[in-house]
Amino acid sequence: MAWSWEALWEWNAGKKPAQLRVQGPRPCARLCACAECNRSARFIGCGQRNCACALLPRVPVWWVLPSSLRSIRDSPSSHPGPPCVLELGMFPELNNLLNTTPEGAEQGKLTLLCDAKTDGSFLVHHFLSFYLKANCKVCLVALIQSFSHYNIVGQKLGVSLTAARERGQLVVLEGLKSGVDVFFRPREEPHPLQFLREANAGDLQPLYAFVRDALQPVDSGEAAWRCPVLLVDDLSVLLSLGVGPVAVLDFVHYCRATVCQEWKGNVVCLVHDSGDTEDEESDVLLNGLSHQSHLILRAEGLATGFCKDVHGQLRILWRRPLQPTTHRDRSLTYQYKIQDKSVSFFAKGMSPAVL
Amino acid sequence: MLESLLAVGGLMLLRDSVEWEGRSLLKALVKKSALRGEQVHVLGCEVSEEEFREGFDSNINSRLVYHDLFRDPLSWSKPGKALPGGPLEALRALDKRTVSGPATIALDSLSWLLHHLPCPTLCQTLHALSRQDSCPGDTPPGEQVRVLGLLHEELHGPGPLGALSSLAQTEVTLSGMMGQASAQILCRRPRQRPTHQTQWFSILPDFSLELQAEPPLESQPRSDPHTPSTAGSTAPW
Repeated sequence: MAWSWEALWEWNAGKKPAQLRVQGPRPCARLCACAECNRSARFIGCGQRNCACALLPRVPVWWVLPSSLRSIRDSPSSHPGPPCVLELGMFPELNNLLNTTPEGAEQGKLTLLCDAKTDGSFLVHHFLSFYLKANCKVCLVALIQSFSHYNIVGQKLGVSLTAARERGQLVVLEGLKSGVDVFFRPREEPHPLQFLREANAGDLQPLYAFVRDALQPVDSGEAAWRCPVLLVDDLSVLLSLGVGPVAVLDFVHYCRATVCQEWKGNVVCLVHDSGDTEDEESDVLLNGLSHQSHLILRAEGLATGFCKDVHGQLRILWRRPLQPTTHRDRSLTYQYKIQDKSVSFFAKGMSPAVL
Repeated sequence: MLESLLAVGGLMLLRDSVEWEGRSLLKALVKKSALRGEQVHVLGCEVSEEEFREGFDSNINSRLVYHDLFRDPLSWSKPGKALPGGPLEALRALDKRTVSGPATIALDSLSWLLHHLPCPTLCQTLHALSRQDSCPGDTPPGEQVRVLGLLHEELHGPGPLGALSSLAQTEVTLSGMMGQASAQILCRRPRQRPTHQTQWFSILPDFSLELQAEPPLESQPRSDPHTPSTAGSTAPW
């Protein structure tokens, strides 16, 4: 009886096969993953170009490791398939465009997310899941949506915000909920959104103090998280609440000085471009943040209006660090389509729907 | 003409935009001043000292005095890391530090100062800082004070921009095309007509200034009537 898969598994399970007889030369110790060896289950060196058996000395088969058997059993082919989006979290195609991965994420950067005539919140969800996957300590200042909204979207992207919050990786300031609390607290008690109580909105020092306390590295022997990250969704709403653009710029300045410069973390902010509405304060905020940013991602609606297959275009601009003579492309433009659990990007005019 | 910018004292405005940043040129001019043996004082409001010094060798860094307004400009931190007296006192203190000998003061940036100080106060301080209250003959060329101010054009209205422009001896407006940067230089000298010149340039990784020839007309893109004009646009693209 020749070696068979069943016989090998019995051996692996600690049961000696009833009868073992090897046909031909002894099989090698390392089970080759090439298709021919798998098909024949003989592993004696099929002679195919990618067959590893021929390269290894022939040793008794009982030296075969159980893990090798499991890995070959679980993979129908010699190469495992690509991980699905749910396993990766975030949008892999966007990572490719930005030339980054959770493992290799840069530190000490301010990323500005901007949207004009469209909804750029998908970028917020991407970076939220990206940095959670990167094992960063994240502070989310959520002024637009509730925590459950981010959690539902996060689950589609493969991250559980509830679990992240419970293990202390995620701190969330829910503006919609906290904004009501501030009116029922004693005036002396500091609150991140204290400016809502003031006749003159003033500065955002209490909000900065909240961020600083939430992300301050814990002085322990071994760092639990990779680096601190602040996400703000979104800054434009602060203008609507009466805060001046310079006050918002000062808040981001201090977050940059502390989170980016001192703690080598990252800051990601979303702002809206008012476009042709001649909103001077919005323009000052957008341009001021643009000057401070290392990377700018701008989602724009199509000039021609709504399209079922192309939801908008994304412009990416790298501004800093200063590389005066770099040959690297400083800006890229792609169109995109948002799907249920992913976003696909393609060059202008190259949507699969029109090809 | 870009090479000879530092021969003139007084206030020099570097007007940049999101698309064409001016900090590289500011650092290049700072480096040139340091190599001439001048005192160089930098009032840093927008970037950290570490980031500003990046790219300079030890020779340049040893001649550069950085006044840090970046870490805690508004005294929010406890314990405070702010310069005493806030931004205005920090700016006035530079005047006392440059009493003798030629000096260059780099303000990074004037936009930040304009957002946090009243425009008339800032203009008065700049006027005193660049020694414009003394007669031209009183100050020998070897003891001139040069003030380089980085100004982000999109952040201010015509009033403050006009006020600063009227104070400046030199204005350098940054723009470019096809990845190539250019500087439009407006120079005002006493008893002379203003001169205007466009210079194409690039800045090397060590912040040396390299002058370039004007790109040929064939490489310049034709204007597309269907593409919205970016002139006056608030967006950087």
